Amino acid sequence: MKTILFLMLALAGFTAQAADYSVLQPQQSSIAFLSRQMGVPMEGHFARFNAAVSVDPAQPEKGTARIDIETASIDVGSQEAYDEVIGKSWFDTAKFPQASFVSSQVTRIAPGRYEVAGRMTIRDVTREIRAPFTLEQKGNQLMVAGVLPIKRLEYGIGSGMWGDTDTIADEVQIRFRLTFAAGK
Amino acid sequence: MNDNYTRTAISLHWLIALLIFAAFPLGIYMHDLPLSPYKLRLYSYHKWIGVTVFLLALFRIYWRATHLPPVLPDSMKNWEKFAAHSAHYVLYALIVIIPISGWLMSSAKGFQTVWFGVLPLPDLVDKNKELGDQLLQVHQALNLLLLGTLAAHVGGALKHHFIERDNILARMLPFLRRKS
Repeated sequence: MKTILFLMLALAGFTAQAADYSVLQPQQSSIAFLSRQMGVPMEGHFARFNAAVSVDPAQPEKGTARIDIETASIDVGSQEAYDEVIGKSWFDTAKFPQASFVSSQVTRIAPGRYEVAGRMTIRDVTREIRAPFTLEQKGNQLMVAGVLPIKRLEYGIGSGMWGDTDTIADEVQIRFRLTFAAGK
Repeated sequence: MNDNYTRTAISLHWLIALLIFAAFPLGIYMHDLPLSPYKLRLYSYHKWIGVTVFLLALFRIYWRATHLPPVLPDSMKNWEKFAAHSAHYVLYALIVIIPISGWLMSSAKGFQTVWFGVLPLPDLVDKNKELGDQLLQVHQALNLLLLGTLAAHVGGALKHHFIERDNILARMLPFLRRKS
């Protein structure tokens, strides 16, 4: 039994070593967020983003990632809300067309579970963050998924009258699920 | 003996009336406000009141079904009795249906209703813009019907009290009762 397990692991390690998953599959990827408005859960997502990633499942610690999100591709469920959140008090998409994340370090916290540290930039605010994520290999694809809680006001998202966190919560959960195919 | 409504029926009547008198103008006022945290708050308050009316209405209908109301006096003509009863049944129906139409509209527009920001009501319909717009029209039309029926209901009660000078209104406001 142990031998079989060992063989399987070795085999997985061997095949994985050859693979560097770096080609984003946009159709199977999503960057969504969840907030609360007067206790009501509100979901949204970004339709367009790019991820320049290099992940080897055999050595995820050596992986690097740069994710760029087109802020104007935000979808918050209605035109009225869209017109508001692309404006100056929120994402100010005319001035800040991109939000980005650049990884600096990946650490393993448990089998299949990792944590990525890096710099997140939204508007003109850059902060060091750490996000846990999981890796899942399916066929020739690799799924990177996780939940990252942030505080919107730390990035100046929803300032002025919208800073009222009794109406719109400060905490926003970013839920990412990125699918990559093996690169050349 | 059975001249007044029960204390419970009276309390439910006036409590629901008060909530409607708050939610109705609030609904009209909030609708045309520009998007702001203030507007989002008012929408939540309006929905919380609506859910409260709905639950009180269900209890009220249960109470009405298990406790006979005082009968209308024979001084009233048959068509008057019929009109009064009809208005009551329409109002009973509306205080249940109007909150439901608002609840469904909220879901169709993509906003779950969370009572007092704590208790989430299930979304009975999925998000759907056209359905949301239709339900808004239904909600508004039902409220126009409510306004018309209330005008008749209140007008009738005042006519009984000030013109016919009988004890009809006193059944709901016992302190107004005239000694005969």
